[in-house]
Amino acid sequence: MSVETPSQGPAKATQDISSATVRFAGDSGDGMQLTGMQFTNTSAVFGNDVSTLPDFPAEIRAPAGTVYGVSGFQLHFSSDDIFTPGDELDTLFAMNPAALKTNIGDLKKGGILIVNLDAFTDQNLKLAGYEKSPLKDGSLDNFRLHPVRMTEATLKAVDEVEAAWKAEGREFSLNKKEAARCKNFFALGLACWLYGRQLDTVGQFIEDKFGKEPDVREANLRVLRAGFDYGETAEIFQNNFKVRKAKLPPGMYREIRGNEALALGLTAASHLAGKPLFYGTYPITPATDILHDLAKHKSFGVRTFQAEDEIAAMASVIGASFAGALAATASSGPGIALKGEAMGLAVMLELPVIIVNVQRGGPSTGLPTKTEQADLFQAVLGRNGECPLVVLAPARPIECFDLAIEAARIAFRSMTPVVILTDGFLANSTEPWMVPDVSKLEAIEIEHPTEPNGPNGTYLPYKRDEWLARPWVLPGTPGLQHRIGGLEKKHETGNVCYEPDNHGLMVSLRQAKVDKVAEYLPEQEVFGEEDADVLAIGWGGTYGALREACTTLRRKGHKIAHAHVRYLNPFPRNLGTVLRRYKHVLVPELNGGQLCTLLRAKYLVDAQPISKVKGRPFMVHELVERLESWMTTNAAH
Amino acid sequence: MTTATEDRKFTVADFASNQDVRWCPGCGDYSVLAAVKKVLADEGIPPEQYAFISGIGCSSRFPYYMDTYGMHSIHGRATAVATGFKIMRPDMQTWIITGDGDALSIGGNHTIHLIRRNLDVKILLFNNEIYGLTKGQYSPTSPFGKVTKSTPYGSVDEPLHPLSMALAASASFVGRTVDMHPKHLMEVIRRAHHHKGTAFVEIYQNCNIFNDGAFNHAQDRKLRPDNVIELEDGKPMIFGSKQDKGIVLDGQTLKVVTLGENGVTADDLLVHDEKADLSIHFRIARMRSPEFPDAIGVLRAVERDTYDGMINRQIETVIAKRGPGDLQKLITGRSTWVVGNGDED
Repeated sequence: MSVETPSQGPAKATQDISSATVRFAGDSGDGMQLTGMQFTNTSAVFGNDVSTLPDFPAEIRAPAGTVYGVSGFQLHFSSDDIFTPGDELDTLFAMNPAALKTNIGDLKKGGILIVNLDAFTDQNLKLAGYEKSPLKDGSLDNFRLHPVRMTEATLKAVDEVEAAWKAEGREFSLNKKEAARCKNFFALGLACWLYGRQLDTVGQFIEDKFGKEPDVREANLRVLRAGFDYGETAEIFQNNFKVRKAKLPPGMYREIRGNEALALGLTAASHLAGKPLFYGTYPITPATDILHDLAKHKSFGVRTFQAEDEIAAMASVIGASFAGALAATASSGPGIALKGEAMGLAVMLELPVIIVNVQRGGPSTGLPTKTEQADLFQAVLGRNGECPLVVLAPARPIECFDLAIEAARIAFRSMTPVVILTDGFLANSTEPWMVPDVSKLEAIEIEHPTEPNGPNGTYLPYKRDEWLARPWVLPGTPGLQHRIGGLEKKHETGNVCYEPDNHGLMVSLRQAKVDKVAEYLPEQEVFGEEDADVLAIGWGGTYGALREACTTLRRKGHKIAHAHVRYLNPFPRNLGTVLRRYKHVLVPELNGGQLCTLLRAKYLVDAQPISKVKGRPFMVHELVERLESWMTTNAAH
Repeated sequence: MTTATEDRKFTVADFASNQDVRWCPGCGDYSVLAAVKKVLADEGIPPEQYAFISGIGCSSRFPYYMDTYGMHSIHGRATAVATGFKIMRPDMQTWIITGDGDALSIGGNHTIHLIRRNLDVKILLFNNEIYGLTKGQYSPTSPFGKVTKSTPYGSVDEPLHPLSMALAASASFVGRTVDMHPKHLMEVIRRAHHHKGTAFVEIYQNCNIFNDGAFNHAQDRKLRPDNVIELEDGKPMIFGSKQDKGIVLDGQTLKVVTLGENGVTADDLLVHDEKADLSIHFRIARMRSPEFPDAIGVLRAVERDTYDGMINRQIETVIAKRGPGDLQKLITGRSTWVVGNGDED
């Protein structure tokens, strides 16, 4: 059976809107991530600008029906440029009472609330901590509540398929429990109707995913259509909505998550440098997807190594770099802590390596699946000794691709470890990406000396070039054998040396080398007028919320500009000049004020923190309120 | 500068770096360094095709003294560094130099995993049963009750037996030798060099400053014959200054017997088999003087596919099957849409 969007019968009215924010919430086993992703695909393929935020618990399968097992997926789609997954929800799908309880606070007044009525049993209500049903006590009067018997409708649709199959003498394998699990496609079908989406994109996905299980495929397709038909025919919805195509720059687009973009970026860097990629890592949330992606890329020569622990992962990367490969690892805060000593070794050996930290809530194990930006100090300062390395931070999911390539370029040119700081939000969020033309990406030049560089035919492994980088000789090169190690090096010869003046020299050379990277990095750009009074400066995954908040504030007449720092060590060479242009510098970040502290220390500006440390991204309205309130209180004008 | 040619011949000097050796005079490490250089010079592979990777400890200074590629890494991680190195450069002869603290205490985890994976590297574990570089604390191989600066009333730690651990991790090559037994030392190193896979060699190494005489029974030429058995593949396990003692398997346990007593002949003795069952090798590995002779020589040598070989073969197989990857196709993905100029729905 092919999926055709049912013909619209007695047409209901369609209301044009510019954007919508929808969240699907249910048990972690309810398939909410899949549902959300499919609705995202459908919207992206339709031509909307899309931004998404999955939100799932750390427990893989927490007990069904409980509030700590609730998994959600939010998406924001629009006919305009958008930067965030949206603040308040226009529509919430709550598949059980626990999902309602944990998500209703985000639904805006007058918003559409669609619940699976079949899941509102006494037991589920009790598990969610409701004494009586919220559907009946008037507590949801501020919303447009639509209780739908989704499980029943799903079972009915599957029954129809089963009856038809059995009539043809074909085997049908789904039992009742399995049939009920198709209900997420009912919700998806209903969402498609509500926002005027065709079913073909989801239909194709179901065809691909369940191609080998024709009965499962058929059941899901039927349930999907049942959800769509329900919206069309049930008397409860007066109208549906239409969000027109966004005016994105012309080109071919795909949708991409940050972690996926990072894996592609590393693979592309390997291609551009003509170097095989070695990726040594240990599984840790939320970085593991990068390993899953790269492990598939064998035909690109990618060697993945799932090490026995984080330390081994980092050490293996150092070995691979010494061997002459493009070497990278990824982890999250606790894993980076374990890698710290080996990262120091990489600084001492002056080898090119890439270390990705997909930040999550800390300290310690913290909030594994939630986002935070509290590892900035760890990246910049968190090793023993004077131990500088380069730190980059993509601002959007799609920038994970560009910065992975840039990290490789910097690592090779300056012979230094480079840290890429992303976060749980960037890692799992998606947005449309104009597919780059590979033939137009700039090659990464690498030189491996084969001739001696010292007096009398000797080789000096720590002799430096214009960027203060040492040569990278491939092991196996005749006559250039040398030894490197974690003990302090003699300038140029690299021999073990404990002389005080030499140590002082080497410390300053390692620092100067990293500082010098700023000379070839882009300058800091600012969004907004040069004569603004206030500069809001952020970094990493808060970009979208901050940009939208500043746009809103400027529309309200506030003189505020926005800068987003992608180069955190060294800072862009003009950053001090930029900061001093403004009367006030505010630093919104998802930590206790780490960038703020670094800016104050380096530039002696009176930067003020706007902190949030809740494991959640900034909301646009929240930033608008906090920035506005600060400006009002501190008489910014 | 030398160049690689087919007919280059090498001397010990070709493998020696210009750095002064800084071990304590009388240290067993000197003997191992000399033996390694001699074996490699004889083997005829150019120095630039070797990498020596070490961790931290007295023995880990070793790479500085070899004119090969080398890395003196961090404590316990030489094994992990070597893993990344060898995966990317299977062509390089890769050696790991480590000690009892480095390989069995702080780096124990990596050692186990390297051995089970059977990475094609040679591990020389300098076992001196003491922490030398930190000036004399007990190590994971120190005997129970050892009195040191950190255990003034004697250690209450059960020691770890390096070879038992290697065997438990399914080692494909396990050997043991003694620093002051140069001929034997060179032979075991040579065998390790020729093994394809992880060659794990424990070297009884005397620390004459902090643990002098710990292996006297194996080092002293007069004591050695009665306290050590030199294993030879396919030969009955005979030892003793008069070559009159042997090892038999009595039920499930090993026993020392005297030839000629109670009708015991050489035919009754256990014949050493490098490819025998792991459990026999485990028993032999744990023989310890004075109850038993310590077994030295090649205890185990079996063929097993190497980790670096398999990882690289997977790449070759996939490329042979599907062709080299098309980056544009990969980046484009499966689901795209096109935004045109002035496109309106």
